[in-house]
Amino acid sequence: MTGARRVPGAGLLAGAPAVSFSFDGRRHTGVAGESLATALLANGERTIARSFKYHRPRGVMGVGNEDPAGLVTLARPSGDEPNSRATMVELYDGLAARGQNAWPSVRWDMTAVTDLLSPLFPAGFYYKTFMGPAAAWPLYEKVIRRIAGLGAVPATPDTELCTSTHAHGDLLIAGGGAAGLQAALVAARAGARVLLADENPWFGLGLLGEDARIDGEPAQTWAKAALEELSGLENVTLLPRTTVAGRYEQGFVILCEKLRDGPALAGDPSPRWRLWKLRVGSTIIATGAIERPMVFANNDRPGVMTVGAVGAYLNRYGLLVGEQVVIAASDDDAHRVASQLARAGAEVTVADTRDSGSGVAAAAGVEVLWRSRVADTAGRGGVAGVQIEGPSGRRWISATIAASRGGWSPALHLYAQTGGKAVWDDARAMFVPGAPEIGAVTVGPCNGTMDLAAALAEATAASSAVCGELGYSVTSAVPTVDGADTASGIPGFATPANRKRSFVDVQNDVTIADLDLAVREGYRSIEHVKRYTTLGMGTDQGKLGNINGIRAIAEARGEPMSSVGTTRFRPPYVPLPIGAVAAHMSPEHHHPMRRTAIHDLHAQAGCVWLKAGAWLRPQFYRRGTETDLEAVNREVLAVRNNVGLVDVSTLGKIELAGPDVVTFLNRIYTNGWSTLKPGMGRYGLMLREDGVVFDDGVTMRLGESHYVMSTTSGGAGAVREWMTRLLETRWRDLNVAVVPVTEQWFAAALAGPMARDVLARVAEGFDVSNEAFPFMGARVGKIAGIPARVFRISFSGEMSYEINVPSDRAVELWKALLEAGKPEAMAPYGVESMGVLRLEKGHFVVGREADGRTTPYDLGLGRMVSSKKWFIGKEALDFPEMKNPQRRHVVGIVPVDRKQRLPGSAHLIHADQIDAVGASQGWIVSSAWSPTFDHDIALALLDGGQARHGERMLAYAPIGGGKADVEIVSPHFYDPDGGRQIG
Amino acid sequence: MLLISCPYCGERPEEEFAFGGDASVVPPNGAGEGAPVGTETFADYLYLRDNPKGRHREHWIHRYGCQRWIEVERDTVTHEIHAVRVAGEGK
Ligand SMILES: [Zn+2]
Repeated sequence: MTGARRVPGAGLLAGAPAVSFSFDGRRHTGVAGESLATALLANGERTIARSFKYHRPRGVMGVGNEDPAGLVTLARPSGDEPNSRATMVELYDGLAARGQNAWPSVRWDMTAVTDLLSPLFPAGFYYKTFMGPAAAWPLYEKVIRRIAGLGAVPATPDTELCTSTHAHGDLLIAGGGAAGLQAALVAARAGARVLLADENPWFGLGLLGEDARIDGEPAQTWAKAALEELSGLENVTLLPRTTVAGRYEQGFVILCEKLRDGPALAGDPSPRWRLWKLRVGSTIIATGAIERPMVFANNDRPGVMTVGAVGAYLNRYGLLVGEQVVIAASDDDAHRVASQLARAGAEVTVADTRDSGSGVAAAAGVEVLWRSRVADTAGRGGVAGVQIEGPSGRRWISATIAASRGGWSPALHLYAQTGGKAVWDDARAMFVPGAPEIGAVTVGPCNGTMDLAAALAEATAASSAVCGELGYSVTSAVPTVDGADTASGIPGFATPANRKRSFVDVQNDVTIADLDLAVREGYRSIEHVKRYTTLGMGTDQGKLGNINGIRAIAEARGEPMSSVGTTRFRPPYVPLPIGAVAAHMSPEHHHPMRRTAIHDLHAQAGCVWLKAGAWLRPQFYRRGTETDLEAVNREVLAVRNNVGLVDVSTLGKIELAGPDVVTFLNRIYTNGWSTLKPGMGRYGLMLREDGVVFDDGVTMRLGESHYVMSTTSGGAGAVREWMTRLLETRWRDLNVAVVPVTEQWFAAALAGPMARDVLARVAEGFDVSNEAFPFMGARVGKIAGIPARVFRISFSGEMSYEINVPSDRAVELWKALLEAGKPEAMAPYGVESMGVLRLEKGHFVVGREADGRTTPYDLGLGRMVSSKKWFIGKEALDFPEMKNPQRRHVVGIVPVDRKQRLPGSAHLIHADQIDAVGASQGWIVSSAWSPTFDHDIALALLDGGQARHGERMLAYAPIGGGKADVEIVSPHFYDPDGGRQIG
Repeated sequence: MLLISCPYCGERPEEEFAFGGDASVVPPNGAGEGAPVGTETFADYLYLRDNPKGRHREHWIHRYGCQRWIEVERDTVTHEIHAVRVAGEGK
């Protein structure tokens, strides 16, 4: 037994109901609302985790988020939550937790054999050992994943509800201890809009066990009154269980609020986590200081704790963590904790490095050893004995708890996150905030001010100043403090003899010997040493151990702490649940899904949906028991032989108007626009400045200075932004209005040899004959009584009319067109069939064949590049490399054996070079079964492909292993002369 | 996250905007008529950007707002925003 026992009537939860919970399947009883760590300690569970590298037993060391070791997996109905900090989880009835990074359990961990091998696992072990050969990596990875790591990633999505909220305020106060409460009081009384956040369920925890009096009252009474006053003010938002996780520029702060740990009750809509996105005028950082342990040999055993944690378990949770406690410290506060433990019935020994100090522990019957410190611990599965080194030598004493305090480290993370520099203060032996940061001020222990009276004065001054700047008048005075501990001696760092077993980072198993080695091997920068040794990595980010690590590096380098410095502090302050970050944006709400104006008609027609970028579009319309391929084949052949109808309203539509539109088009498209007449359109190719194809589409000239441009579905936004950018920054002299109208117009295309017959039945106000309305013509009139713009353009290669009507007439139009097509039994076709039609025709698609690297020449569209005028991308197209005949060109691909299917994701190689490095000469980009040709066809990008038509190659998919002999052909499979769309 | 004061709309969060690169770069090929420019010069313009520490003039578009281009003068170290103006007027 460890001797941990509950002290009746003690702690904040005295009288709270008992609940049952389990750890690694063992059933226990705890107190509702206490931390899981408390409940585990109370039930004699000492080893609750295993360390990252050596699998050494790990127990609870701290009491809050600084605890580096007590990580467990919570098994919840909503899914596993790995790496949960036992110190931060509030106990609820039915809680089930288990240890992690161990097999079969943390108590009996077979992989702990790595601990026996630890001399073989020095700093940088993984880097040095697993260097090569590359082919062995899959094996290395398996081994490393098995023995190193924390909790397992859950196999199923977390079903817990999470949410996020935006808020504004004058002042955020991070940390609800004495300084935070005082800062809040000052600002709240002045009328400022205040948010006060603390990561714990209670405010004022730092004053628990404090003997001092504030404004003549016991410190706890003062804190209660402060909280009561704040609760009653409308301008104050109190946020318990809320961690201020990240502070960014211009008053932006991220807070993570835990609304509950227990499962959602039936009918309870409350989320588990809420992420606050806050914008405030200023932030007062009152996050306190993190206790810094002393470093001694075997200081990682369960039972090694911080003094403050031991005190907090007693005063907060009413738990005496052990009957025999050794306290190693160098300040008077530790003697007070020792006296409290003694009064609760523990046998306590204090080893104080100073010559003399407080007598309160001695008065309570504690053995106090001056000029002494802890040198070593012993015990299997946890501390059983502690070796104390003093003026009269070393001696072992029996103890289950070795609590130490080597000093304090201001929790200045929020200050440093925006770039604030932590500077070493020799006098106080701590890193303290340096020059002030914009929009934030540190007060109290977080500012290195450990004295209670001084901290309250600092909080008052800071809050008053902030309120003054915001225009509030302050009336609050600094509270008086009496009976507080006086400032203590300088703790200093001891240099342990057994460096191999003296841990500075117990989560990542970093010892002083590892840091010595890293420095010997030439690592000097703290950032490099961190990454080489893993010091301060992991879930705790070295809250407890970093400063001791920096001290060890300073010693090894023979330089002062100030020249080592700290690693960069980055948000978040504590790990955030991914669910809280995603909140309600998961998964289908992450990006709005766009639907066309006749979405419901598609659904009624039994379409199969396809997510195409931001749009939900019909892939094809299945009839009866058709397979996917049968449905697509039917739709394709209908267009080739008869007529089909397709919803193309996702294409971008941008209206251009003004006297300079032609000049503008000439500059942004590769081809010329000066000769385009009203009522006609032209296909255009738009390049980036580096000569790469950016977008394409047809622009119609509707009137003298009125044009409507169509873009790809995916490029609509980018093209508009590009054009407005040019007009607003570079060519402010051009008079062109750009109006995006994609959503205002619905568009459907009739395609197929019978398209004109169908159109003729519904067209009003214009002649549909081939002579009157030729290919690339634009007409404005009515279709089935609806005002319409009709464009004779083709993507399928067949005769085709794109009909645009106002979006609110879309349903009407679609129904009228289907009705008009009844003699031909016209049916709608989907995006998949449209893709097959364009592939047969050999049209490239931006984002596929035009993959962000292809030029017009690569696409075989050199004829689109005007030599008579300048356009964007021209200079780059003239770069010698852009005309290199070995560039990757678009080619057509057919299987030599026409009955063979082409493999997916295939590279084009020479048949004798399978698996040779660098054998790939290109790859298949788009492929499909062509019902028109009765075999597979594909478009590919191939090195120097334009000169290789007729060549045979092997299409080979390295993943999956599919292969086929193929022939390189022209990309224009169908109607290469284009007669069908013109006729 | 930045708070950008759009000259058209007022203070809005960074999420509404999209970054558009260095606003101080001047295309070497003139005002749009394609003045002749050497390959080296043009390649530098395309691919090489300064990475200044401190004040930086940059283009942003208020994508989920007025959809206008603006010029933001931002400190690349502190993220302080010194000025926001209508694009193209700062030259
Ligand atoms: Zn705006």
